[in-house]
Amino acid sequence: MRGRLFLWVPLALFAFIAGVAGYMLTQEKDEFVESAMIGQPLPDFALKPAFVGLPGAARSDLVGGKPRLLNIWASWCLPCIAEAPQLEALQAQGVEIVGIAIRDRPEDVASFLTRYGNPYSRIGADDISEVQLAIGSSGVPETFVIDAAGVIRYQHIGDIRPEHVPGLLAELEKAK
Amino acid sequence: MIRAIVLIFAALLAVPALAQDTMPPAPYAYNQLEDPRLEAEAAALMGTLRCLKCQSQSIADSDAPMAGDMRHQVRTRILAGESPEHIRAWLIARYGDYVSYNPTISASTWPLFAVPVLLILIVAAVLLRRLGKHRGDESGAA
Repeated sequence: MRGRLFLWVPLALFAFIAGVAGYMLTQEKDEFVESAMIGQPLPDFALKPAFVGLPGAARSDLVGGKPRLLNIWASWCLPCIAEAPQLEALQAQGVEIVGIAIRDRPEDVASFLTRYGNPYSRIGADDISEVQLAIGSSGVPETFVIDAAGVIRYQHIGDIRPEHVPGLLAELEKAK
Repeated sequence: MIRAIVLIFAALLAVPALAQDTMPPAPYAYNQLEDPRLEAEAAALMGTLRCLKCQSQSIADSDAPMAGDMRHQVRTRILAGESPEHIRAWLIARYGDYVSYNPTISASTWPLFAVPVLLILIVAAVLLRRLGKHRGDESGAA
């Protein structure tokens, strides 16, 4: 009898694996690649201005005094339009936001800011995504919390929706 | 009539909503390194790095702008004398093991390597027991 039961083990295993596979097929796939740089110091960089209206951005602009937001965005990125009001709301609450424009043209940056508002204190132009790669960001928009010591403390992937603002403010508070 | 034709052509030419940039690719995105030995090193590495925008392709296979920027990073770093494994480690430090198609033994991947070894050991044990028993029976019968 014991031998008979043992024969069912492979079938049970197969049913279990098929069940897991079936279950996973119904789950939403998470396409986000999280940065492994959380808790690491922000890498050194110095980017030229993304357009004539604002200075460029360097690591030293994000270090010292208070935590800041580092927003990775682009004028060609549609979700960046969606998050523009939330960035303005954050700025209105006294948050300094440094922008990095990925693969962007100065005239496009300028017209984006005219149309959707400018919440940035400075914007660096990252024409070959080098800073984006250096901080482990895999798309636009992404927003990082950088503390006063220059350590990356938090990463928000995707556009900032109204419901994300309190969470970001809390992360900024935590980074103080 | 002419107006209709012009309109149809205009409709055909209409550009879909911008989803990608219009900037030129990074210098080494589509240009090979001069030194064929270095280029071979870079190509071998690029074939085993995951494109982050198109996650089922390597950066060597992908035409995504970000994959081009990653190829530029790989080629300029190879040119600067970095070893391919050093560049891989640099990317893994930023994106985790996920960015590499070259599996390594780590805290989360060791079962992948351990399970086959375990299965082989179990099979070997079962076979030894069975065959050993057989031989024992035969010698017992003889």
